This record gives sequence, structure tokens and C-alpha cells, in this order.
Amino acid sequence: MNSGIAAPPHLAIDQVVKRFAGGVHAAVGGVSLNIAKGEFFALLGPSGCGKTTLLRMLAGFESPDEGRILIDGADMKGVPPYARPVNMMFQSYALFPHMSVAENVGFGLKQEKLSRSQIESRVAAMLDLVKLAPHAGRKPAQLSGGERQRVALARALVKEPKLLLLDEPLAALDRKLREETRFELVRIQQRVGITFLVVTHDQEEALSMAQRVAVMNQGKIAQLGEPREVYEHPQSRFVAEFIGGVNLFDGCVIGHDGRHLTVSCADAEAMFAVEYPEGLAAGADVTLALRPEKIEVSMQKPQELPNRLSGTVRAVAFRGEASSCEVELPNGKLLRVTLSNTARAAPSLRAGDAVWLGFASSAPVVLKS
Amino acid sequence: MMPGPGSIWRRWAVLALPYAWLLLFFLVPFVIVFKISLADQQIGVPPYTPFLARDDGGWHIQASAANYLFLLSDSLYFRAYLNSLRFTAVATTICLLIGYPMAYAIARAPGAWRTRLLLLVILPFWTSFLIRVYAWIGLLKENGVINNALLAMGLIHAPLPLINNAFSVQIGLVYSYLPYMILPLYATLEKLDWTLLEAAADLGARPWRAFWSVTLPLSLPGVAAGALLVFIPMVGEFVIPDLLGGPDNLMIGKVLWDEFFTNHDWPLAAAVAVAMLALLLLPISVIRRRLAKGVA
Repeated sequence: MNSGIAAPPHLAIDQVVKRFAGGVHAAVGGVSLNIAKGEFFALLGPSGCGKTTLLRMLAGFESPDEGRILIDGADMKGVPPYARPVNMMFQSYALFPHMSVAENVGFGLKQEKLSRSQIESRVAAMLDLVKLAPHAGRKPAQLSGGERQRVALARALVKEPKLLLLDEPLAALDRKLREETRFELVRIQQRVGITFLVVTHDQEEALSMAQRVAVMNQGKIAQLGEPREVYEHPQSRFVAEFIGGVNLFDGCVIGHDGRHLTVSCADAEAMFAVEYPEGLAAGADVTLALRPEKIEVSMQKPQELPNRLSGTVRAVAFRGEASSCEVELPNGKLLRVTLSNTARAAPSLRAGDAVWLGFASSAPVVLKS
Repeated sequence: MMPGPGSIWRRWAVLALPYAWLLLFFLVPFVIVFKISLADQQIGVPPYTPFLARDDGGWHIQASAANYLFLLSDSLYFRAYLNSLRFTAVATTICLLIGYPMAYAIARAPGAWRTRLLLLVILPFWTSFLIRVYAWIGLLKENGVINNALLAMGLIHAPLPLINNAFSVQIGLVYSYLPYMILPLYATLEKLDWTLLEAAADLGARPWRAFWSVTLPLSLPGVAAGALLVFIPMVGEFVIPDLLGGPDNLMIGKVLWDEFFTNHDWPLAAAVAVAMLALLLLPISVIRRRLAKGVA
């Protein structure tokens, strides 16, 4: 692309609102978002959060009630789906059942009135990219789920859109294939350099593939940032709870010594030292969010950690690379703890064991809302 | 999965029923009709010569192709067949052209409306077919509703020839058989995955192109089913050409009726019927082969 002076953002979503009849709140309630060219972006949220509606507005299947969508500075208002420089990979793949793999992939190029030889060479190149060349003559019904997913991707990519929308691209695959395909999608995206916008409800999918993630809730963006930032620095209770496991403590600030807050948490019957250089006035209500893997478990009181709790193991769930533990505090509150299984020895923890939990002052996130 | 012996038995039982039905009510009657078509007319009960006759030499078969040769020799039959096929082909095409958009609109209508619209499609069945065809006479005749209305409005000065011609037969055929076209088309279109059309639009196909390259090919089984359902009974149609047609609009069903009831020539009537069936087998097998290819 030519490097214009003060180039407009590649994709600009500007205060977009969409309401559906009968909805309690707007499906999409004033979303603004800029996405850079070549970016791998994920819209993450629970079902009904508005992410799919936003995606359908980008594709042109729905029109915003308010706000604008600009692609390379061009307003998409009134531009029908067939005229947009956008392609979509549907959740159901929506492959044409009466066409072969090659015909499916070539369908979009045929609409551009390209010559037969041009279509054939571009289809062949795309089928090579998704490793489907040997299946070019097959019908979708003769393919496995993973192969269909690749046909859908190839069909959407072959037109070289400015923006590729992927609606739950991995949802229909089984777990093992999903993990392989995540890396494959990233590899392909880097090869073709097209902007990818993935919509997903699967936080693992979003965090592992995307360069930036927007977490959506009730039609609004709850938090926008890089995957690690969203995971380690959630700004709200919703984001902390939606992404990954989390233990929440409601508490009240009782002191502040420059770098650390002292927070009294009634539901844990404990005082915690929490790193918080910005400082907070005593008396402020806060919620502490503590990820399960940030907690250390030991049989002896951990002297080197500032925050310590005693508890009883209630259950241990072996998950392979890690085990999930449920530990009950003396007052009955349950905490989730993740133990990584670095050794092959049998787990030392069993239900009923009395243990000590400890965490660093930098481990919890302070949520003000 | 390997079907167990019990399931094979059950499958045969399920298949046997329709086959028994076809054998009893289609194949056996057909063989009887075919047998009669090889006989000769005679005065008596039944009015044709028996297949097996006994004389001094013992039993011998009385069969000849004379009736079929007669069909070939008199151009009346050929013209009647041709007329039937022409009327039927045109009426089937018109049914398809009217029925497809209707079926499409019903299939895309919101849920509650679909049932209501489908009810409207089958509503005419609540009145006798014969009465509905008679009603068309009242509409189309020289001093019928349509002519009177046009005359009263001053749009025409003499009644239009709307009845007892090819036009009225065509109207009668299309009107009577349209529901049989709409219902199978609706059944196919209703199952169509509409995200395929969104996918086509997303890939750059304008609505009309998306229809031609996605909707239409995927609804061909419905088109074929509707066309067969309409075409086959129309070819043998007797009531409509009899009531709405004129002397020039001979259809094979009418000829058959005349041979059977007016001339009491059962063998010739049977030959006409067998020839009609043979004539129908051609388009049916063509459509079936197309369908089989499309599905594979």
C-alpha cells in the first residue's frame, strides 16, 4: 500500500450502535475500535455480548443504527456485502454443497470476472497454502471437519480482502485439531498479511492467536489490550472472571505505605499486602483478583511470602500438565489453586490435607469496580 | 456399522410394504390392461376376446399388435398425444414460473406467516376439483364474469374468446395443478441453508447471481419433484380439456375416454393407455437420471 500522509486507520469502528426489536439493551451499544493493517485481532465475549452482531455489521449483513464503519477511510454505509472489500469465514463454514473444493474456492474470483486461467492459478496457489491441493475435485460432504474448515478459510482468503472476518473459526473442530489449527491460522495470517478479525467465546483461542483482544460484554467493549495485559491486568470484575480462573476477595483499604496497600478482606478473614504504587485512600472498597496459578501451596507456613492463609484441600482434579485444587479456608470460602505437574511423581496433595497458601504482594490485581 | 440380522429383516419388511402395494395396485392392473390391449373387440361381456382361447386343437393364445398399429395409422391419436405433451409442457413451465417465486416467498416468510400462506395454497382442495373447473366456465364464458366486467368498463366492445380454446385449457391446467408444484418446491427451499446465500453475497455475488449459482441448483430436486408431480397427471387429464377445451384441443385423456365409453372399444382404449404410459416413461427417466447425477 502507498504510505499516505496521516493515513486513516485500516479499519475504524466509530461509535457503532445496533438495536434489535425486543432487546433489553442495544446489541451493540456504542463500540469504537481502530484496527491496524495486518493485525490479528480478536473480539472475545460470552454469547449474546454483541460480538457476532458487530461482525455482521462489518460484513454488511446488518447495518448500524448509529455510528460509522470505515475501511481505509471509506465509509461502508449503504455498501452491500457483495461490494465490500471484506470476506467472512462462517461459523458453519457455509460451503456450497453442490460445488467441488476448487469451485468453492474459485467462486469469489468468478464474481470478479477474472479469466479462467487466472482463477485456476490463484485457486491452486490457495489450495497449496491450506494443504488441500489433492482434494480439489472433492465435494464438501466428502471432507473431514478440519478439511472443510480449511476450504472455508481458502475461499475467504482467495479474494485477498482488506479484512478477513472469522466467526468462531475453530468452534466446530475437536480439541486436538483446534490446538493445531490455532498455530496454522497464525502461520497463514503471517504469510498472507491480511488483517484478521476473529470472533470467539473461547478465551484460550483469543489469547493464543491474537495480537490484541477486545473483551465485550453487553454490547460494549469491557477491555482492550494485548492478551497478556488483559489476562494479568483485568480492569473489571467481568474481565477477570471471564478470562481464565480467578479468586475474588472483597476488601477495604486500611493502610498505604507508598508501594503497598494493606487490604482487609472480611470474606477471607485476613489482611493482605498488595503492590499498588498509585496508592488508594484508606476506606476505599476494592476487589482483589487472584489467579489460581499465582498461589503457592506448601505444608509449612511460607515465611518468605507476605500473604499467607491456612486451609484444607477439598478436591484435586488432575488435568495433565496441571492439577486444579479446591482449598477451603477456615471460614468456608473456597479458593481455586493451580499446581503445575513438573514432576512425574504421584501428587502429594490429597483431599483433607491441611495446607498453607501463600502469594506475593504483586500477585493480586486491585479492581476498583 | 454392520446391520444385525434383525435389522436386515426389519428393513425388508419396511421395503416389502410399498413394493407389495405397487405390485397389487400398479403392476397387476397394468398387466391386465396390457393383456386387453392385445385383444380384439367383440360383442359380449367382457367386450373383448379372451387371451387364452380353446378350440379343437386345444388352448392357444389370441394376441395381436393390431391396436398399436392402428394407433400409428390414424393421425388422430398422434395429434392427441402431441397436443397433450404440448399443453402439459407449457402448463408445467408456467406452473414452475409462478410456483417457484411463491414457494420461495413462503419459505422466506417469518414462521407464523408460513403456516398461513401454506394453508392458502391448499385451501382450494377443500372444494371439489370438478366444481372449481366449472367455476372457471362461469368466469371465462362469453357472458361470464370477466367478459361482462371488461364490457362494462368499456375496455372491449365484443366478448373475448376466452373459453373452449387452448387458452382456457391452459388456464385450467395451471390453476388446478399449481399447488402440486408449490408444495415440493417449498419443502426443498424451506430446508435450504440461507447462510449459503450470505456466503455468496460475501464473496461478491449480487442477489440474482447468488440465486442462479446457489439457490436454483440446490433446489433442483424440488423443481424435478414438482415438475413430475404436475406433468404426469396432466398428460392424462380428461376433465379440464372436456369442460374448458374446444373440438381442436384434443388431449389423450379425452380420446381414451371416448374409445372406452363412446366406442366401447376396450382393447383400443387399453392400447392408448399403454402408449401413454410408454410416452411418460421417457421424461421421467430423463429427470430421474439428472437427479441421480445432481445428488452424487
